[in-house]
Amino acid sequence: MYDTIIIGAGMSGLAAGVRLAHYDQKVCILERHSVVGGLNSYYRQRGRNHDVGLHAVTNFQPKGVRKGPLARLLKQLRLAWDELGLVPQSGSSIRFPDLTLRFNNDFALLESEIRKRFPKETDGVQKLIGALVDYDDLGKTVNVSARSVVKEYIKSPLLTDMLFCPLMYYGSAIEDDMDFNQFSIMFRSIFLEGFARPMGGVRDLLRKLVNRFKEDGGELRTKAGVKRLLQRDNQVYGVELDNGEIIESRRVLSSAGWRETLGLCNPDASKQDKPGQLAFVETISVLDKQPKQFGHNDTIVFFNDSPKFAYHKPDDLVDLRSGVICSPNNFSYSQPLQDNVIRITALANFEKWHGLPQKEYALEKLRWYDRIAQSAARFVPDFRGSVIDTDMFTPTTITRFTGHENGAIYGAPVKQYSGQTPIKNLYVCGTDQGMVGIIGSLVSGITIANQYCLQN
Amino acid sequence: MTPAEIREAVLNILEDITPDEDLTQLKDDVPFREQLELDSMDFLDIVMELRKRYRIQIPEDEYKNLVTMDSTVKYLTPKMENL
Ligand SMILES: Cc1cc2nc3c(=O)[nH]c(=O)nc-3n(C[C@H](O)[C@H](O)[C@H](O)COP(=O)(O)OP(=O)(O)OC[C@H]3O[C@@H](n4cnc5c(N)ncnc54)[C@H](O)[C@@H]3O)c2cc1C
Repeated sequence: MYDTIIIGAGMSGLAAGVRLAHYDQKVCILERHSVVGGLNSYYRQRGRNHDVGLHAVTNFQPKGVRKGPLARLLKQLRLAWDELGLVPQSGSSIRFPDLTLRFNNDFALLESEIRKRFPKETDGVQKLIGALVDYDDLGKTVNVSARSVVKEYIKSPLLTDMLFCPLMYYGSAIEDDMDFNQFSIMFRSIFLEGFARPMGGVRDLLRKLVNRFKEDGGELRTKAGVKRLLQRDNQVYGVELDNGEIIESRRVLSSAGWRETLGLCNPDASKQDKPGQLAFVETISVLDKQPKQFGHNDTIVFFNDSPKFAYHKPDDLVDLRSGVICSPNNFSYSQPLQDNVIRITALANFEKWHGLPQKEYALEKLRWYDRIAQSAARFVPDFRGSVIDTDMFTPTTITRFTGHENGAIYGAPVKQYSGQTPIKNLYVCGTDQGMVGIIGSLVSGITIANQYCLQN
Repeated sequence: MTPAEIREAVLNILEDITPDEDLTQLKDDVPFREQLELDSMDFLDIVMELRKRYRIQIPEDEYKNLVTMDSTVKYLTPKMENL
């Protein structure tokens, strides 16, 4: 009999596990996949290491800063700042037709860019920052449209779209808008805090979490998918695995997603909640030289070619009008990385990809890889002559490896900030609890574990 | 435990929670909140570490005693002197 079973060995499940094992709980993490990490896992292909998700770790703060999510999770996980090995970004940009806004880990740069390009909006931006929801107040008011709030402070539709673009791409589960809580989290974590990357990618962080968890007596089982949550009298008492094995526990903490978790209790339970619609494709291009050698110095470029920035499920397989171009090489490392890489993210349609017969699927991947690279080459120096290897994943890949419905990386549009479910001793953490991204999901796992699994 | 040993025990806990702080400069009469910017989650961790390491229970309405090192040691002394 376990004190707590955790479903999922992604960032949130692992962080929750570290907390519970540290305080001597008998705890077991069950992961369906053979590798840990979930949406931010890793794989090896043709002799190269790839990360599944990692563009950048958000919420970067220099060593010594004591406030904010990064400082909080370091303390909670008993990690020293140096252990994460975070290296700050070189500088990023938001590129729209005829206009570029640059930003880095010092908000003064974005502020001065805005002052130059949108002099009338400078005050409004300051006031908007003052109105952002504090991390500790998240979820006190919900379902407030960020667009409607931002409109009160910023008049220019162009500046509004330019500010929304990175925040949506890195964290909105809502089409063409954001919940104001999410907007506040993302604004702080990207513009006011910043981007960094561990030199060795996501592997180092995952290894650290797994080791810490196991050293404190936690059990981790991979290839152990949970098929069903076992309940009586509105309480869970354990889980049934895909292979029929039954494991009992006093409570269950799930990072599988809100609808996905309710579906494990009762296939009809989640009908009334809407699933997320926002899915993405990602292309990975391995290059024969460093991006800066052909003049590409930006860490991350958020681009859009249209008068209005569209952030919704496209009709076609992929929306080529906008996207995110990330080069893991363009961080301030002390020595160059082994591989030279450009990663591009674009909005995609889950059903369209999911419905393709296998042969077509492979063919469409090749076709869209080319179109996406061409689209991106409008906004960064053309890298296509330097490509020596490629990979690409689609919304189908995400669902296959992480179980998230619709390949929706940021989960369902409505978040469950309390972490509670209709079942007394079943809780949710991670993407659908409210904080997304690597740092966000770590904080989510910690917070929910503290609140419901460690008291008493 | 003597008050000096209790202070050492609390210091060890703080070292664990805040590995990046230099605690040799810690002033015993200034609130932790001010010196180290500890938040409510950190105070909860101090309480849970005390429970884990020394089996001491601290009721929630007594957390307010853990303001400074001085007040913490004073509060813990009757609870820990027989350990
Ligand atoms: C392409 C891409 C790029 C990204 N880029 C960034 C980035 O640059 N920066 C950033 O901060 N974030 C990024 N993210 C987002 C970040 O990866 C996620 O927000 C975060 O990892 C979510 O963690 P989680 O624990 O909530 O969920 P998950 O990682 O999805 O964890 C859930 C786990 O539960 C497992 N599971 C599900 N159902 C079951 C079941 N029934 N039984 C057993 N196990 C189950 C899954 O296999 C999975 O491992 C990116 C994501 C993707 C996909």
